[in-house]
Amino acid sequence: MRVFKRSIDLAATLFILLFSIGVSANSSSDEKEEGPVNTQEEVEGYILHHIKDSHDFHLFSYTNSEGERKHVGFPLPVIVWSSEGLVSFMSSKFHHDDSGEHIVEAGGTRFVKLHSKIYELESGAEEISFDEEHHPVNAHKVLDFSITKSVFGMLLIGILMLLWFGGLARQYKSKQIPTGFGRILEPLVIYVRDEIAKPNIGHKYRQFTGYLLTVFFFIWILNLLGLTPFGFNVTGQIAVTAALAIFTLVIYTFKGNKDYWEHMLWMPGVPVLIRPVLAVIELAGAFLIKPFSLLVRLFANISAGHIVVMSLIAILITMKSELTVFGSGLLSFVLSLFITLIELLVAFLQAYIFTMLSALFIGMAVAEHDHGHDHEEDDAEGVRADFI
Amino acid sequence: MTVPNLVGAGLIVIGAGIGLGKIGGSAMEGIARQPEATGKIQTAMIIIAALLEGLAFGALFLGK
Amino acid sequence: MEQLLNDFSPGLFVMQTLIMLVLIFIMAKYAWKPIMNSVEKREEGIKDALEAAEAAKKEMQNVTADSEKLLREAKVERDALLKEAREIKESIISEAKEQAQVEGDKMIKQAQATIESEKKAAVADIKAQVANLSVEIAEKVIKEELSDKGKQQKLVEDMLGDIKLN
Repeated sequence: MRVFKRSIDLAATLFILLFSIGVSANSSSDEKEEGPVNTQEEVEGYILHHIKDSHDFHLFSYTNSEGERKHVGFPLPVIVWSSEGLVSFMSSKFHHDDSGEHIVEAGGTRFVKLHSKIYELESGAEEISFDEEHHPVNAHKVLDFSITKSVFGMLLIGILMLLWFGGLARQYKSKQIPTGFGRILEPLVIYVRDEIAKPNIGHKYRQFTGYLLTVFFFIWILNLLGLTPFGFNVTGQIAVTAALAIFTLVIYTFKGNKDYWEHMLWMPGVPVLIRPVLAVIELAGAFLIKPFSLLVRLFANISAGHIVVMSLIAILITMKSELTVFGSGLLSFVLSLFITLIELLVAFLQAYIFTMLSALFIGMAVAEHDHGHDHEEDDAEGVRADFI
Repeated sequence: MTVPNLVGAGLIVIGAGIGLGKIGGSAMEGIARQPEATGKIQTAMIIIAALLEGLAFGALFLGK
Repeated sequence: MEQLLNDFSPGLFVMQTLIMLVLIFIMAKYAWKPIMNSVEKREEGIKDALEAAEAAKKEMQNVTADSEKLLREAKVERDALLKEAREIKESIISEAKEQAQVEGDKMIKQAQATIESEKKAAVADIKAQVANLSVEIAEKVIKEELSDKGKQQKLVEDMLGDIKLN
């Protein structure tokens, strides 16, 4: 319990600290923003904006008695690789502008933020201009290493995981059975080992538990964090899931044994003429389909979950005129409560499936084929061969 | 999203729905026949469903 | 697909990769390794304890079986001993009885023999005495009788008459 409490204390202090900076930094916000989200289009825009990454930690906005729009949250550092090298400044400099109008001068060049992306203006351009498809013509994207909201969430979860599991590991020094919060964590660790790593990888599972456990808890806790009102959408970022999928790809490519490569490149037991065709299919399966299915599944499930939950919450606004405030509020509350419960399950399920499939792919790569020749034409066939 | 895109997405969802239904139905049947194998059947079901889901999502996003 | 690629942020990808690498490394070193080691050690301990308990149970069963066997054997032995003792007792008794019988018979026979011989002696004695008495009586009678002639005659006649009668 002590570890848990300590981590909550840490998170709370962090939030309060950043909050105080945030509120003071934002007191001079501009009034270009459109005010509260009221119409169907605004709701759609808001949702699409939410599922993207953002450069500041925005909690909520309100309009004060003078008609000024106030934002509560805190800015996060922006670090970009521009034509002038690495440039960093606080995101509060954009003053919550997301349409490319507010120009920030830093490190000798000028930046604008457009749809949660940072663009560098070409030299000489005074203002961003767009073509017919609303693509900027005189600005280009920069490599953005900012501590965005997602990165912030990842760091937070990383520290939390270190505190929790490091605490659990320390507990074993003095006793055999963990107490307090460790009692919740230990069965989860054993679950991942016994239900995911062992059955899918076999007796060589031990060297992969580090990766599988980290990935499982990382994804699961981030999924759960996405269901909190802080509005993180880390595992719904395609870059994050792509990085995770590529980790799995790298592991099963480099840990694959001779059998694995032989079965992939020159399949034994089939006519020689078919072998190159099979090799192409196998290579595509291993290097494109497997990672792509891993990354898209997680990304799409979490993003879709966020969109559904937010749409159901938005019923409160969009159906206010038809159902009165009470009716729409009740409807949106009941529906979003129900979907949030399902999302809790999905949060676990997606972490489980990602870890499980990673373990399965690793298991296929390190397995010794001593049982005849059952081949994996693609991954689904492989699974079937393994289970039937 | 254009109309062909929407129709394509609908087709994908129909296909994935049929597939998931078959997987779920067969798993139920299997569990009913052999309740002691519930754990294994569930694991296999989830994996196959996940692969199907990956396929469906891939198609959806390619068409988007 | 286009939107998917547009949403992809290379910077975030790099950050995620870095964070993940560091996290995997640190977690593996400071959390997973000690946790797995201790859990495995504990499981090993539990397995060993269970095996030891099983072995002890088996041992216990063996001991119980042994003692039961011993008990059974002892019982059989005791029964045999008792039976033997009873037999010995009976044989002793019957032997004693027989001996007593024989002895008794012998004594009775002896006694009978003694009685017989005593009786014989007594009878012989009585006979002798009776003979002496009769001889004395006869002497006296004859002495008296022979003193008178008539009487003698008569006697002879009587005797002769008796013989005739016979």
